[in-house]
Amino acid sequence: MTTAQKIRHAIDINALNRPRPEPSAIETCIKVEDLDLFYGQKQALYKVNMEMPRKKVTAYIGPSGCGKSTLLRCINRMNDLVDGVSIKGKILLDGDDIYDKSVNVAALRRRVGMVFQKPNPFPKTIYENVAYGLRIQGINDRRILDEVVEKSLRGAALWDEMKDRLNDNALGMSGGQQQRLVIARAIAIEPEVILLDEPASALDPISTLKIEELINELKEKYTIVIVTHNMQQAARVSDYTAFMYMGELIEFGETSELFTNPAKKQTEDYITGRYG
Amino acid sequence: MTAGAVSLNLILVVGLLLLIAVRGLGHFWPADIVEYHYKDRDVAESLIVGEPVATALLPAAQARAAGHELLNNGEYLEQHLVKTGNRDILGSDFRWIQQQYIHGQATPADLIMIERREWGNFYGRLLAVKEDGVVIAQGEQAWQVAQDKLVKVLAQHDEIDGLQDHDVGAINYELERLRLKQRGLELKNQWNDTTRQEFAAQKQTYEKQYQVLQQQIGKLSKESKRYSLVVSESGQKEITIPVNRVVKLIRPNTMSLIDKCLEYVHNFITFISDDPREANTEGGIFPAIFGTVLMVLLMAVVVTPFGVIAAVYLREYAKQGFITRVIRIAVNNLAGVPSIVYGVFGLGFFVYIIGGNIDRLFFPEAAPAPVFGTPGLLWASLTLALMTLPVVIVATEEGLSRIPKSIREGSLALGATKAETLWRTVLPMASPAIMTGLILAVARAAGEVAPLMLVGVVKLAPTLPMDGNFPYLHLDRKFMHLGFHIYDVGFQSPNVEAARPLVYATSLLLVMVIIGLNMFAISIRNNLREKYRALEN
Repeated sequence: MTTAQKIRHAIDINALNRPRPEPSAIETCIKVEDLDLFYGQKQALYKVNMEMPRKKVTAYIGPSGCGKSTLLRCINRMNDLVDGVSIKGKILLDGDDIYDKSVNVAALRRRVGMVFQKPNPFPKTIYENVAYGLRIQGINDRRILDEVVEKSLRGAALWDEMKDRLNDNALGMSGGQQQRLVIARAIAIEPEVILLDEPASALDPISTLKIEELINELKEKYTIVIVTHNMQQAARVSDYTAFMYMGELIEFGETSELFTNPAKKQTEDYITGRYG
Repeated sequence: MTAGAVSLNLILVVGLLLLIAVRGLGHFWPADIVEYHYKDRDVAESLIVGEPVATALLPAAQARAAGHELLNNGEYLEQHLVKTGNRDILGSDFRWIQQQYIHGQATPADLIMIERREWGNFYGRLLAVKEDGVVIAQGEQAWQVAQDKLVKVLAQHDEIDGLQDHDVGAINYELERLRLKQRGLELKNQWNDTTRQEFAAQKQTYEKQYQVLQQQIGKLSKESKRYSLVVSESGQKEITIPVNRVVKLIRPNTMSLIDKCLEYVHNFITFISDDPREANTEGGIFPAIFGTVLMVLLMAVVVTPFGVIAAVYLREYAKQGFITRVIRIAVNNLAGVPSIVYGVFGLGFFVYIIGGNIDRLFFPEAAPAPVFGTPGLLWASLTLALMTLPVVIVATEEGLSRIPKSIREGSLALGATKAETLWRTVLPMASPAIMTGLILAVARAAGEVAPLMLVGVVKLAPTLPMDGNFPYLHLDRKFMHLGFHIYDVGFQSPNVEAARPLVYATSLLLVMVIIGLNMFAISIRNNLREKYRALEN
């Protein structure tokens, strides 16, 4: 990386501190169009259409195996790693089809970060975990890294706990801390979108609460999509909710609307606990 | 049942090591010298001086059948093996004597043992020390004087050796390079008057240096030849031994236990740090240790990247299917190919085809003498690397398959490509498994002899494969190896009795070298494991 690029990057980081222009309330960030997905012969998603607004939290709910994780993993093309997957339809990120042949998948994943169900920190120090994404991009300037690590850990509400333990192995942290570290790692590379795949399902209630608070803070800057089993959680953290069942999107709308006044019978049955 | 099997294995291993250790390490102990009064049936009484080595009981019937007479009609004939040394006089180093003919034995304080550069040990008495042929000390005084002179002469000898090996060796090396350069220029038709003068001038400088060194060596060697020891052997014959032919002079019968222990340590250190003498039956085994370790290290350096790259390709990049299955089966079968077959392959492929072509392309000036087209260190390392490749591949694949998918996904989700993920996360986490493969490879390679006999190991290498002459590491040179050394000393040596303890001692050293190399690799692996420990759960 040349010096000029480094400087430009440093400027980009500073740009984050400036207040961003206020988005219009319904600006679409991710648009899913007629998405079909097949695992080999088996179809897992049927004609999904959805528009996820920018800087809002969208939650996917539905019973196990309904395809909500699969849909989430389509947004940063994680499904490419699975053998025998084929996809029809489009996903538009800021109007560009991410399944276009010209798309660089690594660059796409830099724009769409992801946090998994089980915390998966690398067996490195806390510092190196957060710096990983930047090092991949060839940024090794200690000052830039220090700055980004601090900002990201603050962003994930970990800085005060961890500032004296930056050189400890990340695997020595508790599950909740690890999950927040993974979020810090994701926001260190300044994505536009963060995908959360049941981020609190492996955590205790207090850690879960912290993650939920964090999501509330993060939506100031990022578009967030979260998959959850827990309907109370979806109700607490999300602005929009999608209910999926058997690979189909049954209902999608504002969370308050969907939970209090569902349009479909299936949705109502699910959220009132009649099945699922 | 299983515990029994494990302990049986353990007992066998420990027992084997103990046997080797006892047999081999006993060799370095400075034993007392015994003087036997011996009267055979038809020979007049004589004195036999030497170190008792072993005792054997021969059943009476067998003894009679062999033509021996039993004086006391006992059940057994008791025989002693005595190391009498003095090979130049007696014709052999060892002699069997029968207990029934021994009329008395003693360990007089004045018996000496002289380790010589030729003809093995001498046992007898010191009569006088001569300087330039004139006696300068006699009797008890001679012992002190001899010690003093020996220290001085040994220092001179070391200096001569250093000059010869290091300085003269370097000049010879440069002269040879000059000759090759000249030949190269001749082949390219660039050999003209200017270069001729240039080369002649350089040659002259080297020759001048050589003359100076030669004079220095001549002076030292003349100095060291001034002293000699007058000694008498058991038959009371007087002989003269020049001091510069002496390596060691001791009177073991007067030594205290502590002295003997010190002498023992000294002997052992000499054994592992000296060059061999007398067709490998005397002196040390340093070149063999050095060659073994260097060859194994080179092999490790070659086999690791190749094995890891192959495993990464097979596991991460290749499309899993019929072809990868066939490749895996082939790799596993390679591990079962007899090592001598690898030797033959190495000789045919590496030495003759690759080495021969390297010589033709890059060293035309050396022809007809081969440079790389002959067995050598590089080819031996490559052959062993090929032999141990399957082990590294299998272990690495195993390690790669144990890295959880979530870690890879975590890295990919941060915008890393597959290669970046492999390099920055997956391979470091698989490194303990890679080290396990390497440990197995080293264990197999260090003990291998058969293929090496075809691709580079020799009985006696004149120079080490590493020295102070550019390029320092000489991959084309032949080298010595502990395993082959054992075979050579034990089974190709004319002096069987003298060689036997050396076989054990060298075996012990080989086992120690292998254990050492393995410990080194294991400690690295344990460090890596510690680093990536949490991965296990």
